[in-house]
Amino acid sequence: MSGVWIVVAVVGVATIAFKAAGPVVIGRRELPPRVQSLVELLAPVMLIALVVTQTLGGDQEIEIDARVAGVGAAVVALAFRAHIIVAMAIAALVTALLRLAV
Amino acid sequence: MATQPAAGPRIRDGVRAALPLAPSPILFGLSYGVLADATGFGSAAAVVMSATTFAGAAQFAAVSVLDAGGTVVAAILAAVFLNARYMAISVTVASIFPGGKLRRLVESQSIVDESWALSGRRGSFEWPILVGSGLVFYGLWVASTAAGTLVGGVLGDPNALGLDAAFAALFLALAVPYLRERRAREAAALAAVITLVLLPVAPAGVPIVAASAACLLGLRR
Repeated sequence: MSGVWIVVAVVGVATIAFKAAGPVVIGRRELPPRVQSLVELLAPVMLIALVVTQTLGGDQEIEIDARVAGVGAAVVALAFRAHIIVAMAIAALVTALLRLAV
Repeated sequence: MATQPAAGPRIRDGVRAALPLAPSPILFGLSYGVLADATGFGSAAAVVMSATTFAGAAQFAAVSVLDAGGTVVAAILAAVFLNARYMAISVTVASIFPGGKLRRLVESQSIVDESWALSGRRGSFEWPILVGSGLVFYGLWVASTAAGTLVGGVLGDPNALGLDAAFAALFLALAVPYLRERRAREAAALAAVITLVLLPVAPAGVPIVAASAACLLGLRR
């Protein structure tokens, strides 16, 4: 089994279990408050780590290139309440054009 | 839950409630299919992942970590950490699912950010809205992923197209709603610092997984 399929299988099973956790396992009880606050912070933490990696990550180095301008343009678009897809398209367009020009 | 009205909502009301939001899973699913195929994740894997994981952010995370040269373990951990929130979400609607365990297991898979938000619109969570809208989002998500993979292969080099920056913009846009809360902002800032410090020294994928430690800030009083 290739790496990609292992990822698909493990993440799929884990997510199905997370979604079923409340209705099937936990029922009317509540999550312990400490678990609750950990779980609530995981999503923003992982998302920001992904933003940093996708914007500045290189081959074991910090690499500043056209992506930074693309993501900067997306930040501006998001500040003006652009739709996610629009912000993505702007980031890709600015980055691709800069790469063409350099 | 307070008093139920005599004629409560039905599944078809959930379907109807989902329709105005349809463009979002369609565009999102298309772009997931395109990115997954263009980065070499593979069309079949993308469609199967949409049908089983059915949670956009984690699916994009898995594709992006692998594309950046991260290991299988790093991709799995990044996606699983992102989806751990569904544990908390599923607990909030645990009591509205009727029937036996198997039925609840199947129907709980209709839980996704959008269906959950729609189902709670009227003050208390409503099962028909959750399941009805979840079904619509699920169908659109899987179908548009499949459609996207047909386009991805013909696009050429994903980085020449700036798809790496598109990923970054996506994750940022998804993070914005969380950042309204102070504690989430602090944890996110710490995660950014951990990632920046580790990027030059650790292998690809490791900085992201290590940054998850920032959620320990949640243990503070």
